[in-house]
Amino acid sequence: METLKEKQKAQKSATTIKVSGAEAIIHCLLAEGVDLLYGYPGGAIMPVYDELYKFQDRLTHILTRHEQGATHAAQGYARVSGKVGVAMATSGPGATNLVTGLADAQIDSTPMVCITGQVPRHLLGSDAFQETDIIGISTPVTKWNYQITKASEIPEIMAKAFYIAKSGRPGPVLVDITKNAQFDEFEFAYEACTGVRSYNPVPKPDMKSIESAAELINTAKKPYIVWGQGVILGEAEAQLKALVEKAGIPAAWTILGASALDTAHPLNVGMVGMHGNYGPNILTNECDVLIAIGMRFDDRVTGSLDTYAKQAKVIHFEIDRAEIDKNVKADVAVLGDSKETLGLLLPLIQDNKHEAWHDEFKKKYQIEFDQVIKNDIHPTKEGLTMGEVIEEINLASENKAVIVTDVGQHQMIACRYAKFNRSKSNITSGGLGTMGFALPAAIGAKMGAMDREVVAIIGDGGYQMTIQELGVIFQHNVPVKIVVLNNDHLGMVRQWQELFFDKRYASTVMVNPDFVKIAEGYHIESKRVTERKDLRATVQEMMASKKPYFLEVKVEKEDNVFPMIPSGASVSDIRLK
Amino acid sequence: MEKQWFTISVYSENNVGLLNRISGIFLKRHINIESLNVSKSEIDEVSKFTIVVNTTQQWVRNIVGQIEKQIEVIKAFYHTDEETIYQESALFKIASNLLFDERQIQNIIKENNSQIVTVAREFFVLAKSGRRFEIDQMYEELKPFGIMQFVRSGRIAVSKEEMQITSLLKEFQES
Repeated sequence: METLKEKQKAQKSATTIKVSGAEAIIHCLLAEGVDLLYGYPGGAIMPVYDELYKFQDRLTHILTRHEQGATHAAQGYARVSGKVGVAMATSGPGATNLVTGLADAQIDSTPMVCITGQVPRHLLGSDAFQETDIIGISTPVTKWNYQITKASEIPEIMAKAFYIAKSGRPGPVLVDITKNAQFDEFEFAYEACTGVRSYNPVPKPDMKSIESAAELINTAKKPYIVWGQGVILGEAEAQLKALVEKAGIPAAWTILGASALDTAHPLNVGMVGMHGNYGPNILTNECDVLIAIGMRFDDRVTGSLDTYAKQAKVIHFEIDRAEIDKNVKADVAVLGDSKETLGLLLPLIQDNKHEAWHDEFKKKYQIEFDQVIKNDIHPTKEGLTMGEVIEEINLASENKAVIVTDVGQHQMIACRYAKFNRSKSNITSGGLGTMGFALPAAIGAKMGAMDREVVAIIGDGGYQMTIQELGVIFQHNVPVKIVVLNNDHLGMVRQWQELFFDKRYASTVMVNPDFVKIAEGYHIESKRVTERKDLRATVQEMMASKKPYFLEVKVEKEDNVFPMIPSGASVSDIRLK
Repeated sequence: MEKQWFTISVYSENNVGLLNRISGIFLKRHINIESLNVSKSEIDEVSKFTIVVNTTQQWVRNIVGQIEKQIEVIKAFYHTDEETIYQESALFKIASNLLFDERQIQNIIKENNSQIVTVAREFFVLAKSGRRFEIDQMYEELKPFGIMQFVRSGRIAVSKEEMQITSLLKEFQES
């Protein structure tokens, strides 16, 4: 296919060429550096698919088996690569099937552009075949959305879409394009977007607030860092590490912040939140200065706000002004991009060590190890635990793998025990808690980081929500490793039923198919492990394989995830059993 | 925290769908909009939403933060009643014969400082601008005689403090 430049040359026009709206969309994608997108065709997007056919040597389209899979694959791709993920669908049901992925990307700040077809302009509002108001439907779950009804709007809107998706606090953008706008021809010229007058994506750092933060940190006796995904999105991993080391501050992470600092780093004290580590939760209420970096005090992190870090001065490093004082009042708010603000902070920070304070975390870890961790990852009882499977994956992957998780018990266990030595390695549905996320997200993650091992860890419930995406893995030979931790239950809901609903197991017992046979049906190499003696060798075989690999591990049916902060309780009331 | 009345002023681009985006922020938080007015503002091509809500300081802060975060919103503010100059407008449609049969009507018009917008054979229309209680008072006074139609606008308000939108827009364009 002729490139845009060749075409311009041929037409002897310096800046514009005459193309259809559909072709213009392809040129916009190429101009934004997109070489891969996920989607599903249908009537109202067919002109664009026709152009995708012509441009297939430059733009790879992956046909997912459901539009939801396209969004999660785009998210997985975006989260490992830092680039904008792209998903495409037709109007009506195609568009509505994107909604879960949009909501997931919105709450987890993932840059994604979704393109949907729409009925022709003259049919809007007529209840035409496959017409739905996707702009109205997607408004609350997008950072921005726009309906294009004229071909001439395409370059500007597409440029704006990519700019908005990736700038500031990233998020999903949906562009809906009526079919007439795809067919119409117009003079095309592309200019990347560099700003929108009503949008200020990155607040300028205020030195006064940074100086106040430095003073609090330098005089603190028990400083404590809790970082989130803002560190990864801002690519501030080196600055975080420098701060932690220079000031000698114990640092913990939210689930989406995982992997920004090596899990093995001595000052990395673990995960906060409902199923986070014991020390990081309980000591939140003993620190004197709480330094929150790129995190938003989600309720799963804070538990009851009335009893959260009330004794501490709170410093909040944040790019999104609306997050300041939203849940936890900040004594010092430092607005801006984390890499920039931490960079400005560092020269003001004095060398320090807080050994006695750090020892508190070590002591709490020992308690947690003795009462929980030991039994999770080195069990002596008969049945297999989820934790020991994660530990074997750590061993076989040398902590280098990208771990993609779904939602539920396996997710909490994987995030608790997976070890990381590289950033952008923990891909999970954090804010929305979308079951069915992992399998398609793993496909996207692998395609976004072909040089890395990608291991999807999924429960038997969530796996069946997007199991059809095995078709993509098979068709494109995507060498992801799929591990289903099968306890024949919707484990997390069952755990809550056990603890809070008197063991009334309403609709949480799963009657499962033969997962190995299903994977075999897709010609994917498959194994099932039911006994401990076979676990290590099989995990190693899986990790050594260069091809897609499916592993089902039958784990204990009624294990619980601990520690646990019951919903609405204080971080101080974290339970070890 | 106690609930009180707040006037939210939003300066924005004039784009299709923004009203839906803004009203959705209230919907998500289960907060009812008491009144809503959209008009042009003092700046060319910049629209102004004036939204009245009864909620807590904490919620209005949160809402304004979320509104301001929307791409096409330039700036949003919230003010208490004491911090703004505000008014509403109302129209009353009354049967014309009352103007002649009920002398009291003319006194009501005068005492309330309302204007006669139009007089037709069957009806006449009164306009009244002012605070909510003033309009309510006129409504109560006219009610016994029969009101054929009544409508009241949303609140419109200007703040006592400066809003500095022009300089903000300039700053955005320079950054």
